[in-house]
Amino acid sequence: MSGPIFNKYDPFAEGDGEAGINETDNSGNEQYIHIRIQQRNGRKTLTTLSGLPKQYDPKKLLKAFKKEFACNGTVVADEEAGEVIQLQGDQRLKIATFLTTEGIDKNIIKLHGF
Amino acid sequence: MFEGMKKKKKKKVSLEGGEEPAGEVNGDDMFDGMKKKKKKKDIPMDLEASPIPEAAEPELANGEAPADDDLFAGMKKKKKKAIPDDLVEGDAAPATDGANGANGEEDFDFSDLKKKKKKAKKALDMEAFERELEEANAADRKAKKPKTEDEDEDEADEEDDVDLGDDPFAHDVDVDAGEGDEKWLGTDRDYTYEELLDRFYRILRQNNPELAGGKRRHTVPPPSVMREGNKKTIFANIVDIAKRIHRSPDHVISFLFAELGTTGSVDGSSRLVIKGRFQQKQLENVLRRYIVEYVTCKTCKSPDTLLEKENRIFFVQCESCGSRRSVSAVKTGFQAQVGKRSKTKVAT
Repeated sequence: MSGPIFNKYDPFAEGDGEAGINETDNSGNEQYIHIRIQQRNGRKTLTTLSGLPKQYDPKKLLKAFKKEFACNGTVVADEEAGEVIQLQGDQRLKIATFLTTEGIDKNIIKLHGF
Repeated sequence: MFEGMKKKKKKKVSLEGGEEPAGEVNGDDMFDGMKKKKKKKDIPMDLEASPIPEAAEPELANGEAPADDDLFAGMKKKKKKAIPDDLVEGDAAPATDGANGANGEEDFDFSDLKKKKKKAKKALDMEAFERELEEANAADRKAKKPKTEDEDEDEADEEDDVDLGDDPFAHDVDVDAGEGDEKWLGTDRDYTYEELLDRFYRILRQNNPELAGGKRRHTVPPPSVMREGNKKTIFANIVDIAKRIHRSPDHVISFLFAELGTTGSVDGSSRLVIKGRFQQKQLENVLRRYIVEYVTCKTCKSPDTLLEKENRIFFVQCESCGSRRSVSAVKTGFQAQVGKRSKTKVAT
């Protein structure tokens, strides 16, 4: 690990800060799909999905999610995370199973939260 | 702190040739190594102070004692673990009654306790049943004399299984750990290989746990979680837990916040105040993930690891097998807008 790493990036470029190795955004060889949860007021929650691979259209996916899970949601553009799908309620497990049945590798999906 | 690390690294390098084969998890060796290192001096003490190893020994000594007593003793210990702060309450409760004991602590892990009790009862029932059975056909079992011996040992085993958890968290006991493994007692049939193997591992585990898998010696006290008001959660023993897994509390806290998607602060008595409602189980899950990701060595599963930073990248260095791997930094992901916009505007 500590040896020289030959890659095509400019090591002095501004960027990820500490994220370093595991979060290579552009080449996509080790990019994770993060599914997170956030608490709102009361027992309401919000599920966010970020890091979706480029070949999937977030809007179409959102439409499918909304229909499948019977919840509302939006696509939010974020400077860092790109396009993020937000869904109402705790849909983490449902999203994960949905994505795996659609043929996305289970290992690149990261479930966060409690 | 950095001095200690540096020194250790040097030692590793100098010893590398000779030490490699000895890297197998060897209790004594590791202990020695730890003592030598300045930074690690507090580990052995910590381990001794942990209630788990103690729990096994006294039970062994009086395996003959009435099961009632022993079970309650185990529960007492459990309780102590669960609430280190108010020992008095924990001690008083089990002495009176089981139900009373459960009522004694409303805020704490109520459900867990209940579960445990149920299980303990079940074990007790089985014991009684077993004894009856034994008495019933004692006559025709006289011929096989080692049976009684077996029974005694198995009793001890069973209690032990109730006591010791398999998980890093002390109070999570694997279900059906000790049940159904003395099936051959009542019947005439031979032992199967699996049953004997199970029995061997149980005895090995209770006599010297460090030989069997080594999973058990890695215990972390369960997080003690309280609610403050309606929207905040207090995580009281975060520093204790962080010390037990040899990580800086800051790192653990930042991981918790990133994972829970929330914020919080540390109050005066170094308790963590988290915004949002969280239950003990939820926090435990997150901690478990933290341990898997940042504490246990991926190669040898040992929890004796060090987290160090080098050129903005975190590395986990294993103390027992010497392996080293990089881990990703804790990173807070996308945070959605929650609550009123006007409030957040004021804050920024």
